Order: sequence, then C-alpha cells, then structure tokens
Amino acid sequence: MAEPLTAGTTAPPTGLLSIENLTVDFHTPRGTARAVDGVSLGLFPGEILGLAGESGCGKSTLAMAVPRLLRDPAVITGGRVRLGDGDGDGVDLLGLSDEELRRVRWRDIAVVFQNAMNALNPVLRVEAQLVDVIRTHERTGRREARERAARLCGLVGIGADRLRAYPHELSGGMRQRIAIAIALALRPRLLIMDEPTTALDVVVQREIIAEVRRLQERLGFAVLFITHDISLLVEISDRIAIMYAGEVVELADARTILDDPAHPYTRGLLASFPTLHGDDTRLTGIPGAPPDLVDPPPGCRFAPRCPSAHDRCRAERPVRVTVGDRDVACHLYGPAEVTP
Amino acid sequence: MSFLLRRAAFYAVAGFVAVTLNFLLPRLMPGDPATTLFAGYADQLGPDDLASLKEAYGLSDAPLLAQYADYLRSLLGGDLGTSLSQFPTPVTDLIRDGLGWSLLLGTVSVLIGFTAGTLLGSFAAWRRGSRFDTLVPPLTMFVGSFPYFFLALLVLYLFAVRWQALPQGHAYGMDVAPGLTPEFLGSVATHLLLPATTVALVSVGAWVLSIRNTMIGVLDEDYLTMAEAKGLRTWRVMGHYAARNAILPTVTSLGLAVGHVFSGQLLTEVVFTYPGLGNQLYAAVTTHDYPLMQALFLMITISVLAVNFAVDALYAALDPRVRGAATASS
Repeated sequence: MAEPLTAGTTAPPTGLLSIENLTVDFHTPRGTARAVDGVSLGLFPGEILGLAGESGCGKSTLAMAVPRLLRDPAVITGGRVRLGDGDGDGVDLLGLSDEELRRVRWRDIAVVFQNAMNALNPVLRVEAQLVDVIRTHERTGRREARERAARLCGLVGIGADRLRAYPHELSGGMRQRIAIAIALALRPRLLIMDEPTTALDVVVQREIIAEVRRLQERLGFAVLFITHDISLLVEISDRIAIMYAGEVVELADARTILDDPAHPYTRGLLASFPTLHGDDTRLTGIPGAPPDLVDPPPGCRFAPRCPSAHDRCRAERPVRVTVGDRDVACHLYGPAEVTP
Repeated sequence: MSFLLRRAAFYAVAGFVAVTLNFLLPRLMPGDPATTLFAGYADQLGPDDLASLKEAYGLSDAPLLAQYADYLRSLLGGDLGTSLSQFPTPVTDLIRDGLGWSLLLGTVSVLIGFTAGTLLGSFAAWRRGSRFDTLVPPLTMFVGSFPYFFLALLVLYLFAVRWQALPQGHAYGMDVAPGLTPEFLGSVATHLLLPATTVALVSVGAWVLSIRNTMIGVLDEDYLTMAEAKGLRTWRVMGHYAARNAILPTVTSLGLAVGHVFSGQLLTEVVFTYPGLGNQLYAAVTTHDYPLMQALFLMITISVLAVNFAVDALYAALDPRVRGAATASS
C-alpha cells in the first residue's frame, strides 16, 4: 500500500478519476493470474490519457474495472477507484451499491467499445438505444428524448434519418460514430474508449480520431483511450501510460513518450510501429512473449525480454518512481544504485 | 415486405404439393378403401355393393388427370367428402369442430411450455452455476424424458380419478350450455388444464435447455456489457437486450412445436378424450373412415404450413436483419 514514490502520479483531490493500487485477479483452473497488479493512475478533468500495451497486458481489464464492468473470472481484489466530485475525496466506485453504481454509469462514465457492431443491440433501432439511456437517467419525455437523440446524431456528423436504422444497416464508421453519440448522450465527465478504432480501416480510423478530438475540445470530457497502436495515441493523447504484464511501466506526456522514451519496453513498443510521417526507420519489434501471469518472473516482468536487463532486474521488482517529467518503473532509473 | 411475399410463395407451392400428394397417395396404395371394406364384409356384400361402395367413396376408373381435376374442383368448393362413420355428416363439419379444440389445446399448451421454459431457462442462464441452475434444467429434462402416455395417465389418475379435483375428459362439462358465458369458459378452462399442462410438462425441458444455452451466448455479447455500462435497469437489460436476442433461434423451434401440435397431439386427445383433430383421426382410423382420414391429413399439412408461415412473419418482426437481408438480395 505504501508507495510514497508513486503518490504524485495519482490525481490530486481536484482530479477527475484516481485509480489507487488497483488489483484485478483472474481465477483460472491453472491458478490465479494477476491481470492488473497494483496500478495507480490519475486522470484530470478534460485530459486525454492514452493507455497502451500489447494484447493481454491488462489495459482493457484496468479500464473495464473502473465502471466495474468486469465479468467472471475477473475479480477486483484490491485498491480504490475514486471519482472526483469537485471537492473532497470523491466517491469510491468500488464501494458503491449496485443501484448507486447504476446511476453513476453513463451519467459520469461512458464507454465506447471496440467493435460497435457487437456493442450495439442488433434488434433495436439506433434511436431506441439512444432514447433508453437518456430516459433511464433523466426525467425526459419520449418526444424530448428523441429530439436530443437527433441532435446527438448531428453532433457526430450523422443525419437524423439514420436514427430509424438498425445497426446492421450502417457502415462500420457510422456505427462507431453512433456508439460515440450514445456515449455522449448524458454529457459524461469521463469517456472510456476501449480500442474504439481497431475494427475500422485506417481512413475511417483517422476520421474517428479527429472527431473525438474535436468533440473533446468542444465538450470538455476526459478520455481514457486504450489501444495497442501507440502511434495513434501519440496523436490524440495529452499523456500516455504504458502497461506491461499488469503494471504501468511508464507514464509521461505524449511528446516525452514519443521523443524520449525511457523504459526499454516503451522503446520496443515504439520501434514496433511505423511512425505516421514515415521516417525511414527499421521496425524491430520486441523479441519474446509477455510472461505467464499465473507464474510471473520474480524480478522485473520485462527482464526476460529486455535488452538492458542485468542481475538486479531478474531478482528485484522495480517500483514506479518520478524521474524528471516522467514516471517509470525500471532499475535503469531506480532510486538506489544506478547500474553501470 | 418482399421477404414475406417470397415466403408466402414458397408456402403456396408447398401447399400445392401437399394437396397433390394427398390426392396421389391413396391412389398409389394397393387396393382401395372400398375393396378393403368389402373384404371385411365379404360374406354380407355382393359385387354390386362393391361398385356402389366405390361410387360412394368417389373412386372411379376415370383417367388420373380427370380424377385430379375433379378432386381439385371439389377441394376449392370446400367439399372434402362425406364421413362414413358418421354418415352423412360432411367431413368439413366434423373437422371444423375438432380444429377449434385442437387449436385451443395446442396453442395453450405450447404457450405454457414456451413461457415457462423461457423464464426458467433465462433465469438459469442469468444465474449460471447457481443452485437453481444446477437443479432446474436437469429436473425439467427428467420430467420431459417420461413417455408421454405414462405421464398423462399418471396425472389423469391422480387429479381426476383419485382426488377428483379436475374433470376426466371432454372439452367442457355436460351441464353447461356452450356460449360466451363465464360458466362455459370456466368449464373449458378446467377441462383444458390437465391435457395442456401435461403437454407443457414434457416439452418444457427442451425449451429450458435451448433458451438457457442461447442466453448464455447472448450474455457474453458486447451489447450486454454495453447495456450494463449504460446503467439501464435490470428488467430493460434482461428484456430488450438479453431475452429479445436470445429468443430468436427459439422462435424457429416454436414454429415446429406448434406445427407438431396438430399431428402430435393425438395421444393427449385420446387419453383425455378431448374432441380435437387427434381424437378424430384416432376414431377415423379405427372405423376405417377414409374420407375423414384423408381430410385430416390434408388439414394437418396445411396447418403446419400456415403456422410456419406465421412464424416466419414473427421472425421477421423480431429480427430486423432478416428483413434487411431479404431487401438486399432482391
């Protein structure tokens, strides 16, 4: 619990969201896999925080744990998730009753899922899926809710005539815009976007990203943006958190991550994607595979794949510390002896 | 709309084939009803009687095509012949009475089985792994695996004979006059209770299992997670998001089940002496009433087709993708 060195990384009381020491376990037949391992992360109002990492690093699990949307076998086993209420300590989402949680969901925290085709109910018209969330949370007449639904469609650049459509009658990009419109229906303070563009082609991907950025500037909500595509994050995020094997290994401004990555894993991740403006660099990737979380390596989780690993890395787990304008969990930047 | 039109065309063709088969089958069989009957009474009937029997059955030595035209003509005129066992009542009159009762019994029993199965199955899926889930589906399957006649006779013995709580048979009591009176409707309901629940009991297990399985699949879908994330109330998530999707594959089976009612209800109607088509078919077979039999077969086929068409229409109403696919491909 006592992590004085990481205290600065969680949001202060004026922050929007503060994840503190969150632990999520998957109870599998082989044993318990710790998918999120004591992660602390803060979000400020109106910022876009990118969360990147390989598949299975726990980024989606972390994000879905915030509005408590995890399913069996994932169980939150420790920590706090405080949602700021402007003053004081805010409210711990993990302590809410089901009914209290239901009221917070979507009103304060909305989610855009990876694949809108699967996330939209196939048998309900788009309008019904907008209207039901408005009318569940607000005392609104059917007529007024429909008018709001039409305005929300306009907000994401979709004609109000598409409201009468069923999800399968829309293109992938339109569906994702509708999903964003639904997410913004109650003007939430936080939008969790779980790989919202992964299922789309690159052109549509760009459009959606630009749209999110535009809407975010206009409406001022904060975004927790999850993707494995770090080049996309650099474009949209204010800050970026890099996750590896259930831990946040580096957290810094987007520019810092891009220009001066500190953690060997961040460097490897950046070297795995082509940059947008086509620098003629060689894509190297990271050799090896993420560790088995049921039986993780004893020291640094990245040590077996790390080009800079030394003896201490294989024995002792690094803690996340603030070094200059970034947080990093790596013995190369550790508080104790600096390795030669 | 075009989806329904194309389905209607398909069922019209199927109906026509059924009508034709219904005409051909008795004529393809070795011998004919008249000869069979004649053989049974050989010592009492003479050759002239055979000729008049044939005449009475409408069997002639005319060319097949002419017979077929004749058959279609009388069919269109609503003439299905005259019953032999209840001579000279037209077969259509007999069937009209039976059809109403069969429809009532069939619809009620399928609805009870389907509704109970859907509720139990959904709940089992919603609470997967709970005590309810581990007990109820196997129990309903166990009851469903009883031979129907055994279950029906057992229930009949217990409720109607031993405890005398419910009537033993028929569609309504002798002491009430048919009509839209509370007494008559009440009598119909109490007479319906045993046959309908026994049919529902043996079928509920299959519904529970199929709904439970599709429901578990649906519960894993992203749109269910999104519905939860939206903070919708539980009943809205259960109804409009989970059940509405889980029910789709089951609606197809619902069509088969209702279709089955017309043919498979025979045993129920015989055990409970319920005056439906099944009972009539049983009576027709035991009394060699060929015109009635033939008309019943036709009736059953047409009913199954009609119900399947109704289910197609219902499916299109429930699943917008079916409608969409039809417009896209036409």
